[in-house]
Amino acid sequence: MSVNTLSIDGKMVTGTTGETVFDVAWNNGVRIPRLCHVGGVSDVGACRLCLVEVEGQSRLVASCRTAVQEGMVVRTDTPRLQAHRRLIVELLFAERNHVCAVCVQNGNCELQDLAASLGVDHVRLRYRYPKLPVDTSHERFGIDHNRCVLCTRCIRVCDEVEGAHTWDLRGRGTHALLIADFGDPWGQSESCTSCGKCVQVCPTGALFTKGKSVAEMQKDRRFLKYIVTAREKHEWIR
Amino acid sequence: MTLEELQERQAQELARRAQLANRIYCCSAAGCISCGSDALRQEIAAQIEAAGRGGEIEVCGTGCLGLCSRGPLVRTAADGALYADLAPEDAAALVAGDPAPIAAKRLDPGAPFFAMQERVVLANSGSVDPERLADYVAAGGYQALGRALADMSPPEVIEQVKRSGLRGRGGAGYPTGLKWELVARQPAGTKYVVCNADEGDPGAFMDRSILEGDPHRVLEGMAIAGYAVGAQQGYIYVRGEYGLAIQRLQTAIKQAEREHLLGSRILDTSFQFRVDLRIGAGAFVCGEETALIASIEGKRGQPRQRPPYPPEAGLWGKPTLINNVETFANVAPIVTRGGDWFASIGTERSKGTKVFALAGKIVNTGLIEVPMGTALRTILFDIGGGIPGGGRFKAAQTGGPSGGCIPEAYLDTPVDYESLARIGSIMGSGGLIVMDEASDMVDVARFFMEFSMDESCGKCIPCRAGTVQMNDILSRLVAGEGSADDIAMLEELCVLLKETSLCGLGQSAPNPVLTTLRYFRDEYEAKVRTEDAG
Repeated sequence: MSVNTLSIDGKMVTGTTGETVFDVAWNNGVRIPRLCHVGGVSDVGACRLCLVEVEGQSRLVASCRTAVQEGMVVRTDTPRLQAHRRLIVELLFAERNHVCAVCVQNGNCELQDLAASLGVDHVRLRYRYPKLPVDTSHERFGIDHNRCVLCTRCIRVCDEVEGAHTWDLRGRGTHALLIADFGDPWGQSESCTSCGKCVQVCPTGALFTKGKSVAEMQKDRRFLKYIVTAREKHEWIR
Repeated sequence: MTLEELQERQAQELARRAQLANRIYCCSAAGCISCGSDALRQEIAAQIEAAGRGGEIEVCGTGCLGLCSRGPLVRTAADGALYADLAPEDAAALVAGDPAPIAAKRLDPGAPFFAMQERVVLANSGSVDPERLADYVAAGGYQALGRALADMSPPEVIEQVKRSGLRGRGGAGYPTGLKWELVARQPAGTKYVVCNADEGDPGAFMDRSILEGDPHRVLEGMAIAGYAVGAQQGYIYVRGEYGLAIQRLQTAIKQAEREHLLGSRILDTSFQFRVDLRIGAGAFVCGEETALIASIEGKRGQPRQRPPYPPEAGLWGKPTLINNVETFANVAPIVTRGGDWFASIGTERSKGTKVFALAGKIVNTGLIEVPMGTALRTILFDIGGGIPGGGRFKAAQTGGPSGGCIPEAYLDTPVDYESLARIGSIMGSGGLIVMDEASDMVDVARFFMEFSMDESCGKCIPCRAGTVQMNDILSRLVAGEGSADDIAMLEELCVLLKETSLCGLGQSAPNPVLTTLRYFRDEYEAKVRTEDAG
């Protein structure tokens, strides 16, 4: 494995071939914002928050889907990128019904954290207030589509780590909706193993454990690290 | 069938036709069918029967004759005349070869609409029945494939395509020869050739007409591409709305396979190439190549980040060549007549011809083909006949929801990839919508934004949520409820979508807004609520 030296925000760092700019940046303390990325499952480059500038390239690139290269000069926090990220977060807040005051995830929410860290203290766009369903048919968990940001983390963790592929999307554009199996109520899903991985990777309060009240929901993502490390190091016992 | 046998077939069919007193070509493209060309054709057949001239006069279908607004159109081989606005009552005169009763319906071939066109892609429209292989063979069909297989090595074929300067006709204009070379250079193994027939721009029907009018031409182009890049399997991804094109393609594939012009042992060589159809289910975004690939693979039609580009990792991860219908339709003439001939048409960087679909406020609605570099004014006013009813031209929209609105001041712009990009629009696939002074440009921008919003797949946030907000703002402006801040936010969103969207749909969705803001800003400002103005 060869080592590449590159510059991220003026800091010289190294990354092995195949590593992404995003991972190398985080390993070196440069916290590029992200929403659809979650360590341990594949990246889709959909949230566009991790876009960075690479010298010599006219287009912005998604750092989670860009491999490091020798001599690369990356900038992760320019005014242009900051402006784009703020507007993307504003778009998310206006798209569905993100009301922190009544949310189980209040205080532990990645969308909330993003808004705070990017300085989004108000939204200049008109809220759309769509009427979206809440599905609490599952014995232990619930899904509130009003809080879903369509990051598809749940879909990927269910498919790639649990191997059930219970979740997927139906519809397109802003009408895309997370569905269990073929659009069945979650509680009637035949493929769901009730493992709860989707709940734990959800960045917002869209997927939650039943019985939690406002601000009580905290997500625990440590299981992903165990499973992924075990898989990579072939630690499974047969 | 060998190449010699193919040439023999051609001679036979031409000899057979020489015996006929007349062959009546009835336009059988979707446009003319919708204004009754089927009934006309049946009546012509009945009249031939009634006159007892079944052996000497033939009636058949043919591809788009161009002047769609005046269909159904008919071309008669005996005198080469073209008739428009026909009704079944005119069948008798056509069969009798008596032009007097239908003289008023006869079109002048010297009129600018015909005289100023140059037909390469549409060369067979008007002389080939798309449902008869013999007709395509009579026009020299499959001989380019035969020559490529017999006399040329794959690199030689690619060399001709490179020399031709042909660029992708889907809109982006990537050099076709380079793309072929990229795929050919990948290690030998499974490779695919894909024809993108998911034409979806509002008002565009170029690919549809090519597939309906000359399906074998596209198949031949794909087979030549397969030979050049080392692929044995091709797919045509055609949108489900194009029922007639699908049906004609299915017929054409069957005919070609039966004669070993596709499938195995093509033209008695070891080359094999199968073509299968994949029918789209109505998503505009599936015209984007990575979404198209996902759709063929049976997945949700969503784009993915490039690189890797399809020539490296495309369909099922294999090297894949994706070209548009019109691009493939240009291949056979390039192989037959040479890349240099093709390169002699057009401008320095945009070679060959381009098919445009004229729609909107224009006299001659229909399909035209002109050399690259023809001025927009020539296309719209000489060939297109200008604005009906003496109206005043306001703007022309090229490139559909990804393109821009071009105002009168730029009417002398030559139509080529670079010139159109310079004025904020794109070549696009060839849709050309003309608007007169009655058009509200903000509403035009809103129409295209609504289209992009409905067609956004929802994967990336800027496109999914951004198009919704832009559509909201534009709707507010149209309703007279917008503010000056709305225009500022609209501009901010334009930049966001352009710079951060995942695929071309989102990246180009702001173009209609950006160009109308650039050329018709006063119309936006006039719509701002009066208390907010100033």
